[in-house]
Amino acid sequence: MIKRSVFTSRTLPYLLILPQIAITLTFFYWPAFQGLMRSFMLSDPFGGRSKFVWFDNFIALFTDPLYLKSIVTTCIFSALVAFVSISLGLFIATMANRALKAKSVIRTLLIWPYAVAPAISGILWLFLLHPSYGVVSLAIKRWFGLDWNPLLKGTDALFMVIMASAWKEISYNFVFFMAGLQAIPTSLIEAAAIDGASPFRRFWTITVPLLSPTLFFVTVMNIIYSFFDTFGVIHTMTQGGPGGATNILVYKVYQDGFIGLNLGSSSAQSVVLMTLIITITVLQFKYVERKVQYVG
Amino acid sequence: MTEKTPILDILTYTLLIAGILIVGFPIIYAVIAATLPLEEVTRIPMPLIPGDQFLVNIKAAWINGSLGTNLLNSFIMATGITIGKIAVSLLGAFSIVYFDYRFRTVAFVSVFCTLMLPVEVRILPTYEMAANLLGPLQGLWELLRLDGVARWIMGHDVEVSLQWSLLDSYTGLIMPLVASATCTFLFRQFFLTVPEELCEAAKMDGASAMTFFRKILLPLSKTNIAALVVIEFVYGWNQYLWPLLITTNPKMMTAVIGLKHIIPAVDEIPYWNVALAGALIVMLPPVLVVLFMQQWFVKGLVEREK
Repeated sequence: MIKRSVFTSRTLPYLLILPQIAITLTFFYWPAFQGLMRSFMLSDPFGGRSKFVWFDNFIALFTDPLYLKSIVTTCIFSALVAFVSISLGLFIATMANRALKAKSVIRTLLIWPYAVAPAISGILWLFLLHPSYGVVSLAIKRWFGLDWNPLLKGTDALFMVIMASAWKEISYNFVFFMAGLQAIPTSLIEAAAIDGASPFRRFWTITVPLLSPTLFFVTVMNIIYSFFDTFGVIHTMTQGGPGGATNILVYKVYQDGFIGLNLGSSSAQSVVLMTLIITITVLQFKYVERKVQYVG
Repeated sequence: MTEKTPILDILTYTLLIAGILIVGFPIIYAVIAATLPLEEVTRIPMPLIPGDQFLVNIKAAWINGSLGTNLLNSFIMATGITIGKIAVSLLGAFSIVYFDYRFRTVAFVSVFCTLMLPVEVRILPTYEMAANLLGPLQGLWELLRLDGVARWIMGHDVEVSLQWSLLDSYTGLIMPLVASATCTFLFRQFFLTVPEELCEAAKMDGASAMTFFRKILLPLSKTNIAALVVIEFVYGWNQYLWPLLITTNPKMMTAVIGLKHIIPAVDEIPYWNVALAGALIVMLPPVLVVLFMQQWFVKGLVEREK
């Protein structure tokens, strides 16, 4: 799209777009191209020559049990982070929307975790869930009688990184749900109330369907967040351990590329992630505006 | 509300307060822990009455986490990313929306392809790029066998080694993260909603493109810019993977990365009070920015959806 009324100049528009194009080419297209090339090569980590090996890196990747395990871990991690943070965010937003007074105070009290770095969220929860000093782990041990130890047990460690990642995201979801809820016309709710629908019935038959575009958008954003932005959480809390139990895909790219120096595999992993995120983006642009709305 | 539901209202407020407490709990607990001496913070369970060691712990965290240098680095990085991104994308969006030129669509498409791809998915090649910004030129030189050409022209062997590293520099911390189309997309969307008449009137009055941009478009974009300042500042301050990769010199370390060094490891003395005091200091700047600019921030965040 473009304006009807435009300026005419031979050089100015090029000069204006130049910084953006230059930065995009240097730090986006060239690296992406290099990564793509590298993913088809077998290269020597000590700077020797590299060989073109077609899809060998990808075949090796998808037959590597560790990579497959990482995919499963990432899916569980991502699904639970999204589920926990979305349901809590929606729940709190619904409550806040019902509270007629003090909406701005409530928002202020809930919004700030958005600004906390994932890595710092990791530090806070590492202390809360510490096997010897953590107060939450103490509660888990006392109330549920579990032998809680995220430093040694994989499931506990996964639970720990999920808590730290989901906590930070609650406020992001809250902001969107709050905006979505306030956009729902009160006349609809009132009409349903006059027809005798209870508050719960109104929530499920009016609020939820009208909120579905927001819900869809927030789900996509949460999945992207849990796939990529949670690197800091993993790095401060578990470094992918114990025994690879929290080694999610983005952490594995880093580990294989920068610590293991397996350049071919790391690049192939990057390409897989890029493909994934492009698919998500395209799907989102395609479906977000239509499809998800009052069906039935 | 529509009808009076006193029981439900009480329940609502109770659950709401419970929700706020659950969300706030990690911080409340960290604040208490940061005021306690070592023997209290490791007592089981930890006492919930604040102690008097807050300043002592803050000082220890400040020194052990070298927060003086690191906070300054984080500030420069976050500010650089914010200003860089907003400036680059304002100009880019202006060019795309208000001019008609041959490569407009190409420019548009090539920029928007980068919309959602975070630096995390292309870390290795981006790192190599930062390690030697002139690497592609060197590659081109070798690819085209220009050394042979040069030898033929000069009559002797020519060694070419192009090297320009961005590692351990502010440019390296900032530039790769400026390469993102999110802000450009937002400004484009906003510019498209600006009435045509404004541009026509400006042209009729003889204003040049840049005068129109400075005197009309920029003032109109104030709210959007404010929102993006918050979002990008928080984004820049909280970066983790990229600064971790490209800074090895402790003098260039950012505050969030530096915290890793004061988390007590399993076999060390558990100075959690100091670690949490440090974490509180480092999270403070972005939290304050979000709280003080809440109105714009919420508007900007929600508008990114569209």
